Amino acid sequence: MVQKKGTKTISQIIINIIFIVIALCCVVPLFYILAASFTDEMSLAKEGYHLLPTKFSLEAFKYVFKNPAQILNAYVVTIVVTVGGTLLSLLCTSMLAYVMARKDYKFRNVLSFLVFFTLLFNGGMVASYIVNTQYYNLKDTIFAMILPYIIMPWHVFLMNGFFKDTPMALIEAAKIDGASEAYIFFKIVAPISKPAFATIGLFTAFTYWNDWWLSMLYINENKLTSLQYYLYRIMNNIEFLRSSMAAGVSVDLSQIPGETARMALCVVAVGPMLIVFPFFQKYFVKGITVGSVKG
Amino acid sequence: MRDTKVKRMKMKKARRKMNWGLTVLAIPGFAFLAAFYYVPLIGIVIPFKQVDYAKGIWGSDWVGFKNFEFLFKSQDAFRITRNTLCLNAMFITLTLVSAIFLAILMNELTRKKIKVYQTAMFIPYFVSWVVASYVVYAMLSPDMGVIPNLMESAGKDPINFYATPKVWPVILTIAYLWKNIGYMTLLFYATLISIDSSYLEAAAIDGANRRQQVFKIMIPYMMPTIVMMALLQIGKIFYSDFGMFYFLTRNSGALYSTTDVIDTYVYRALRVTGDIGISSAAALYQSIVGFILVLVSNLIVKKRNNDYAIF
Repeated sequence: MVQKKGTKTISQIIINIIFIVIALCCVVPLFYILAASFTDEMSLAKEGYHLLPTKFSLEAFKYVFKNPAQILNAYVVTIVVTVGGTLLSLLCTSMLAYVMARKDYKFRNVLSFLVFFTLLFNGGMVASYIVNTQYYNLKDTIFAMILPYIIMPWHVFLMNGFFKDTPMALIEAAKIDGASEAYIFFKIVAPISKPAFATIGLFTAFTYWNDWWLSMLYINENKLTSLQYYLYRIMNNIEFLRSSMAAGVSVDLSQIPGETARMALCVVAVGPMLIVFPFFQKYFVKGITVGSVKG
Repeated sequence: MRDTKVKRMKMKKARRKMNWGLTVLAIPGFAFLAAFYYVPLIGIVIPFKQVDYAKGIWGSDWVGFKNFEFLFKSQDAFRITRNTLCLNAMFITLTLVSAIFLAILMNELTRKKIKVYQTAMFIPYFVSWVVASYVVYAMLSPDMGVIPNLMESAGKDPINFYATPKVWPVILTIAYLWKNIGYMTLLFYATLISIDSSYLEAAAIDGANRRQQVFKIMIPYMMPTIVMMALLQIGKIFYSDFGMFYFLTRNSGALYSTTDVIDTYVYRALRVTGDIGISSAAALYQSIVGFILVLVSNLIVKKRNNDYAIF
């Protein structure tokens, strides 16, 4: 018995070590960015990236906030898109998923099939691009960054898996009391499905927050630049300036934000969301239920 | 007897009746699904057309398979197919295997520790590829990057990663794992903890050791989820995580030989060269082959075990 306990603690230690190593691998690379943003520009250029600033400096953040109009604008755009998109998406996704999960609904199989099919087959990037720009006229509107992600089939799927476990007796009882379907969903089912809403809501929020794809495709207007797209453009501009310098074109060097300033921008863009997410984490395990397609 | 029969008849009738209350709830979501997934399906005709915006998609002239011919005669088709398939195959197997392994290991730990590890492992998932490309740059940049510096201090010649195509499959695989392992592990872990603990207890009483419990109970229990995830990913094997390939490599032409995939190719053809014909041909090729692959693999699964097939 004593020996068994011994091997158990050893295996526990090994498992813990494995996870500590993996956790560090996941997090440490990001700390290089954080450290670089607090490093003196010259020192970074000379010493390279280190986990602790080789020479501490706040210059990079000063540079970023000296001219805050653009980054503030990008923040506003991203926040509007994220909040609006997440609320609308959660509403539509949860209602659709709930109806699909109701075993007494006539068209549930048809609906499930239609949602599932989109996971396997779609018209492709070019078709969406043409439809969104030519028919829906989404180009250079804020809706271009919101509407295409309102329904994400995989999220419908995950929520459907969760709603499947809602006790039917609860719904029947409410029906006998004369409650409408909408009332049942919003007042009875939704409150007991908090983990699913929290988890899917968070995933959706991150999808919007982290999105550059829709901006890259549909947004040319400077006023509608989102945070991620802004970051990408800065990176891209630098590449562009570098290549034109290499080609012998004279470039105003003061126009290029330094390496540390870019890292500071990164921190400013990512920081807030990474601080938010651990608060939602307690719902994750319950909220993710991969239901089967066949029902 | 009769009572139950009547009841069943009633239930059947109720089931057949249209429930308008529920239909109304489903409408908004369904409308978005239709607008953004089904309407674009008309785009299937685009590669067969000489698109002229003035005439509209339907009004444009048919050109038959010319766009496909053009695509497959170029050397690009082989290169992008090979890169997409090989890299994705590697990503899928590695993530599935390691996520299952980690989920089983995680199951051995206490809740409190799991929470800490999960938080850490989830952070990369919530970092966009744009930001990840900054991170990769910090690791690999020629004069300042962490890895070239380490190589230098180890007395080796540092590699210029951004000019060395052959290292990129490895870099991309690591990046993919880094970003997705937390999510996939959680997915399997969530399945794993729903095992009725009495199975495991009964097995333990019968003298099953931990390994037997893993292989005879846990893995079979997770099998439907594993198969489903595998099939869904196989359906996506012709698609790639565009952001990863585009940003991490900095869309660098020097690396195309190992990093150019169908998605990046389609994007460049669409937005840079503006060649709708060839980009839509590549996109349709991607959709159709992916779809066939998932149908075939589902069929194979179905033959072996009907319960695991996803449709």
